[in-house]
Amino acid sequence: MNTATAEKLETPAAELAIRTQKLDLWYGTFQALFQVDLDIKNGIITSLIGPSGCGKSTFLRSVNRINERLGYVRIEGTIDVFDKNIYDADVELVQLRKQIGMVFQRPNPLPASIRDNILYGHRLHYTGKRLSRSDQDDIVEDALRQVLLWDKVKDRLHRKAIDLSLEEQQKLCIARLLPVQPQILLMDEPCSALDPKGTEAVEELIWELRGKYTILIVTHNMAQARRASEECIFMLMGKVVEHTATEDLFVTPKHQETANYIEGRYG
Amino acid sequence: MNQDNPTMPDKAAAFDQRDRDWYIDKAVQAIVFLGGISAILFIIGIFVFITKEGLGFLLRDFSFSEFFLSPWWEPTDEDEPTYGILALVAGTASVTGLAMLVAIPFSLGAAIYVGEFATGKKREYLKVLVELLAAIPSVVWGFIGLSIMNPLIIELFDVPVGLNVLNAGVILGLMAAPIMTSIAEDALKAVPDRYREAAEALGATRWQVIFKTVVPAAKNGLLGAVLLGVGRGFGETMAVLMATGHAINLPGSVFDSVRALTATIAAELGETAVGSPHYEALFTIGIFLFVVTFIINLSADLIVRGVRNQ
Repeated sequence: MNTATAEKLETPAAELAIRTQKLDLWYGTFQALFQVDLDIKNGIITSLIGPSGCGKSTFLRSVNRINERLGYVRIEGTIDVFDKNIYDADVELVQLRKQIGMVFQRPNPLPASIRDNILYGHRLHYTGKRLSRSDQDDIVEDALRQVLLWDKVKDRLHRKAIDLSLEEQQKLCIARLLPVQPQILLMDEPCSALDPKGTEAVEELIWELRGKYTILIVTHNMAQARRASEECIFMLMGKVVEHTATEDLFVTPKHQETANYIEGRYG
Repeated sequence: MNQDNPTMPDKAAAFDQRDRDWYIDKAVQAIVFLGGISAILFIIGIFVFITKEGLGFLLRDFSFSEFFLSPWWEPTDEDEPTYGILALVAGTASVTGLAMLVAIPFSLGAAIYVGEFATGKKREYLKVLVELLAAIPSVVWGFIGLSIMNPLIIELFDVPVGLNVLNAGVILGLMAAPIMTSIAEDALKAVPDRYREAAEALGATRWQVIFKTVVPAAKNGLLGAVLLGVGRGFGETMAVLMATGHAINLPGSVFDSVRALTATIAAELGETAVGSPHYEALFTIGIFLFVVTFIINLSADLIVRGVRNQ
């Protein structure tokens, strides 16, 4: 624990994408997060693991404030994204979500064509300039190429997105974030609805995006956390137990709870 | 075997035993079946009845061009009665059209507010109120048309008569709006929440979520709601009878009095001799109305169903 703390202090603030301090969160009267202090580094993939109900999805969903849709969520403490507390009164949700894209557990393409799905976010945020058709085509192609989907769907861009396979839908859901040019991608168990082959493909894609975006991924699948992330956070009962390099966490966990969890004694 | 367990033969024999529950089950099945097919029997029965009553006219005096293209509805003319429903169709169509102009923005706005914005208690109260509004008897609406709208229109627009297309259109629009609101809200509610979540996470504002995502996704259901409203307007009788002025007229403006198909039947049927050409002509109008509303409602239903299957 001490060495972990020392490590945190060494990281200059500028290299941090997300820093939370004493974050408490309640759903109504139920407290889901307790004093969460996390420093998430810029430009790497960090995974969040822990048993069901440990608060990892809750934490993720409070970083882009999508939690607030529920209407009964209350927060204390701060979440700084690039040194700005996103719960400050002057933060506009639209701008926040432009910076922070989110991928959900179940692929949720909008009921429109593949092309319109890709352009949806871009049309929301870049309303000033009228784009020519070829510019739009470039955006669509670029986004789909980045998610390794272009070759598969280039001939059916006007088909409904929900006709794609789940794996392709999830890739599309990642692709449609990219034209908005977010800095951070939040992924809430992005592979849990996919079969092993789809999981592999999406993991490969996430690894591909490493370095271009800061990625925070919640997963139930420890093997996935181990394969696909550089740092790993273990949460239990709404608290952060351990946050360190993925390799260290799996090989030499510092806490008994972490060791128990990764050995499968509960979960 | 039997010696080991002497109760075995008894149990085997009991397999064909029919106790009280068995008979209740069969009886309930029969009753539910009757209830289920009764709707079909009734609709066929009604259609057969009005067809039978109107058939004599259809076979004898009916002339397609006169019936649909002549604006003269003079069934009581002693020398040469004419049965043209053009003016009546125009009356019904103009009133229904205006009613939709009034009802569509109201009902869609209300549905979007109730479905997307209102929360908790407010939403529940609003839904109950909308249902209550749908339950107001049409004669009450007609009364409002006669006693409130009529003088109001005369005063506001400085016209001699306040019982006209405008009056009936507004009344009918307000009448149709609640049921349209209810159906439209169902359509909005049927849009999966993950679409809203996806759009919000991409940074859409409330307005953008609704108009770029929810409304397009619900468009079939919304269209179905509008069509049901049209069907309601087409078939409405009492309020239209009271508020249109009931004058046979091809309307030139919203300030002209008109007469609706339904109102014609309601007003004249009691004063005709059963079996006379006039009586049968009214039933022919009934067939026409039946077919038109049937088509409208059926297509509305198919459209709404199409949404559910998606």
